[in-house]
Amino acid sequence: MSAMLRALWGCRGFVLGSVRREFQSKYRNTMLGAAWTVLNPLAMIVVYTVIFSQVMRNRLPGSESGLSYSIYLCAGVLTWGLFAEIVGRAQSMFIEQANLIKKISFPRIALPVIVVLNAGLNFAIIFGLFTGFLIVSGHFPGWVFLAIVPVLLLQVAFAIGLGLVLGVLNVFFRDIGQFFAIFIQFWFWFTPVVYPVAILPDAIRALLVWNPLAAMVMAYQSVLVYGRGPDWASLAPAFIAAVLLCLLGLRLFRRRVGEMVDEL
Amino acid sequence: MGAITVSGLGKAYKQYPTRWSRLAEWLSPSAAPRHRLHWILRDIDFHVAAGEAVGLIGINGAGKSTLLKLISGTSQPSTGSVHMEGRVAALLELGMGFHPDFSGRQNVYMAGQLLGLRIDEISELMPSIEAFAEIGDYIDQPVRVYSSGMQMRLAFSVATARRPDILIVDEALSVGDTYFQHKSFERIRQYRRAGTTLLLVSHDKQAIQSVCDRAILLDGGRVARQGPPEEVMDYYNALIADRENAQLRTTAHADGKVQTISGTGEATVSAIALFDADGAAVEVVDVGADVTLQVTVTAHAAIPRMVLGYMIKDRLGQTMYGTNTDLQQMPLADVAAGRQVVYRFRFPMNLGAGSYSVATAIVSTDTHLVNNYEWRDLALVFTVVNMRRPHFEGCAWIEPVIEITHP
Repeated sequence: MSAMLRALWGCRGFVLGSVRREFQSKYRNTMLGAAWTVLNPLAMIVVYTVIFSQVMRNRLPGSESGLSYSIYLCAGVLTWGLFAEIVGRAQSMFIEQANLIKKISFPRIALPVIVVLNAGLNFAIIFGLFTGFLIVSGHFPGWVFLAIVPVLLLQVAFAIGLGLVLGVLNVFFRDIGQFFAIFIQFWFWFTPVVYPVAILPDAIRALLVWNPLAAMVMAYQSVLVYGRGPDWASLAPAFIAAVLLCLLGLRLFRRRVGEMVDEL
Repeated sequence: MGAITVSGLGKAYKQYPTRWSRLAEWLSPSAAPRHRLHWILRDIDFHVAAGEAVGLIGINGAGKSTLLKLISGTSQPSTGSVHMEGRVAALLELGMGFHPDFSGRQNVYMAGQLLGLRIDEISELMPSIEAFAEIGDYIDQPVRVYSSGMQMRLAFSVATARRPDILIVDEALSVGDTYFQHKSFERIRQYRRAGTTLLLVSHDKQAIQSVCDRAILLDGGRVARQGPPEEVMDYYNALIADRENAQLRTTAHADGKVQTISGTGEATVSAIALFDADGAAVEVVDVGADVTLQVTVTAHAAIPRMVLGYMIKDRLGQTMYGTNTDLQQMPLADVAAGRQVVYRFRFPMNLGAGSYSVATAIVSTDTHLVNNYEWRDLALVFTVVNMRRPHFEGCAWIEPVIEITHP
């Protein structure tokens, strides 16, 4: 483990360089360049706000503010986006970087780190904008806002643990990638992102205990919409799942990393 | 710093009968393995001392590239181990994983970071990298618009920007033009003198013989021979020649006729060899050395008039020289069936370094169009190397006497 960390530290230049290059490459050959990094998420926030709160006049039950549903939606959609980006990129990272892996000897563990940093950077931009919007519109929840930091860390750990497991398996069984693309759609709608959890029938709501993402998304909503700290106890299963996934992912990665090169 | 020790190295790929077999194997770890091992390399043992230059040769598929991948750490061995000391720069395949959408300059940074250089070190080396690659303004263009030669130039320049303790070069260099090949070999030689250990894979006999202290021949995934480059090259040539003949024989059996050997077959070449001045059979000849080409012809029927011709061709098939016994006014008349005739052609090997082949023709006049008893391409393959002369260009050895006056 410490050898892995040392190797990672040794190639930190490559990791940071890759993050920067990947960020740049998204807007390569565009005329507005970096402006798109802001415009894209901004458009998304505006769409959710305008469509849902103004056009559809959606209201959260028990809330007076016209913006509350938009905030509810953004709290879920943005954090779900972080999760989906990490898992989605991680499950294909080894396949996408096959060229590099086959030609150059470098610590392969750098790849998941690059995925996390990249997704984190994208998330920081859009979430920063969202936070700015909260402050401007007077919906900033105050100190309780800091409670989302541990939840975010938990979510990232869960996502990369899962992503690493899927990423390694995907090299050997390409069906994994196809399957997960379908699975995550069902997962999204089984998580109270767009709808309030209250509208679910009791039988289904009981099943949400088995969805670690539901607990995390609800924690964000609790902080950002209602200004209440998360229900920490509800996050315990997610925490256990994250630890187990990270351990499983690392174990799988270390056992199969050599074979992976032959398979790409 | 710079020693490489390879012990008991082996590499096998797992082959599963179906896609499901792997899953079955993974899910039931207690059960017997469901894969077959396909061995690419086996029992490779050698040691390269610091500062030594070793050439790795072998036909395609002998396992050279796999061995380099194991040594450079790109791929992991199935058995055995590789131990290396010092900073390693490996130029495995073309492009070193360049990202096509980024400029050459950005790729230099990325490749440099992968080689373990810091950003400021790369910035410092950048001018010399640009200068060595000689790709001009292309350095700021995306790599996708580069030619393969340009990619190779840049890759080589980055990999060798800083003298490594160990330099591993795959056949990548052969992509470049002659000018750059020379330039890069000059740099390799220079690093060699400074103490870099070199491991070079090449089909270019000249490159191996001029740069390396030792050669290792891989055949069928095993070390077939190692020793002085000349000796190993000789053995390698014999191996190739054997393979070529074997191929000829198989084709001959398959459809009764061979493409490269044509003719009526009333007389055939039964033996052909090249001998040096001491009478020893050779496959590698020094420029300007006196050699004898000995051709034994067996007549299978009575031949009223027999002429033997030969042509020396370079590896591109261009004829360097050709003659026959009709042009030399030495035709044989009335050769009886069953007779053997031995021809000896003595000449100095005034050819430039390179690989050459000999084609023979047994005819009745000065062309093979009247009676073509046998035409045999690639009857003999040999290599000319420059061992004693100063370096020169071209495929002919035309030594001048130089006179410089200051009137």
